[in-house]
Amino acid sequence: MAHADLISQAIQTLTDPQPLSIAGREFRSRLMVGTGKYPSNSVMIDAIEASGAEVVTVAVRRVDLDRSKEEGILHHLDPDHYFLLANTAGCYNAGDAIRYARLARAAGFNEWVKLEVIGDQQTLLPDTDGLLQATKTLVDEGFKVLAYTNDDLVTALKLEDAGAVAVMPLASPIGSGLGMLNPYAIRTIKQRLSVPVIVDAGVGTASDACVVMEQGVDGILMNTGIAAAQDPIRMAAAMRSAVESGRNAYLAGRMPRREVAVPSSPTTGMVGT
Amino acid sequence: MTVAPLDAFPITVNGDERRIPSGWTLADLLASLKLDARTVVIERNGTILRDRAAFPSLALESDDALEIVHFVGGG
Repeated sequence: MAHADLISQAIQTLTDPQPLSIAGREFRSRLMVGTGKYPSNSVMIDAIEASGAEVVTVAVRRVDLDRSKEEGILHHLDPDHYFLLANTAGCYNAGDAIRYARLARAAGFNEWVKLEVIGDQQTLLPDTDGLLQATKTLVDEGFKVLAYTNDDLVTALKLEDAGAVAVMPLASPIGSGLGMLNPYAIRTIKQRLSVPVIVDAGVGTASDACVVMEQGVDGILMNTGIAAAQDPIRMAAAMRSAVESGRNAYLAGRMPRREVAVPSSPTTGMVGT
Repeated sequence: MTVAPLDAFPITVNGDERRIPSGWTLADLLASLKLDARTVVIERNGTILRDRAAFPSLALESDDALEIVHFVGGG
């Protein structure tokens, strides 16, 4: 299938009876995508289109004043067509994350932020103390906080209490592509929280995305799983259908697991009996 | 780059010191950097400047520290 067909497929309407809704706003897809690490801007744009995503994350960085690097992402991405979700990636304490969130809001698109407070450079695992502190401050300032966190239920509950509009537990570390390491933890968080649970980070391929959605979570945010694929546009299409399939499988309700075989064909009426 | 006049003063932009002519406004600086005010967010001495319409009348001062940021690709 050509890339153009993969993209046009993404435009078809979904059959989800309950579209993803966060803080009262409905989104057209349960798949959210990042914009980092693509081989080129044109591949990024086509991959985002093929993913069918509406929520697109961006980072806040200094303008490169000598213009040796490329321009800002809004030269390539139409902000009227996507919901821009700024992140605080790269921030290692609450103060920095709050500063980045305020800068992002001042860009004038919305008051939403994907809040990251990183606690460890090797694993990029969150500093949950700083995360909670920054969540409280930003919620007080009117931000809609989507908090990137680990797969710990107690932290997730505290983030919800602090006013986060969505909690974003990781499937596995950022950029690792290891898939979901702890389905039990993800399922438990989903079962216990009232706010949407969006799994963020760690999805490496389509089957990972499908299994994540089968846990009943509300959505997935991914970046490297698409951007670092050999063919990001095709992988974006694969992720789109995997998210839809996983969601449908969850809604359908899987058959019970059994430790013994149960025949699918009639056991009576066998010839020669 | 043009030679700064004698009455130039230092400011810091994105961590780098620059000398600008006295009397320059923030709009003058943005024009010299070929930046469109609508596409960036500016923090001056730790305070975000939300009112872009005020940039043409906002006089820069010696030792001002500016951060000029925008959105880039990220997850």
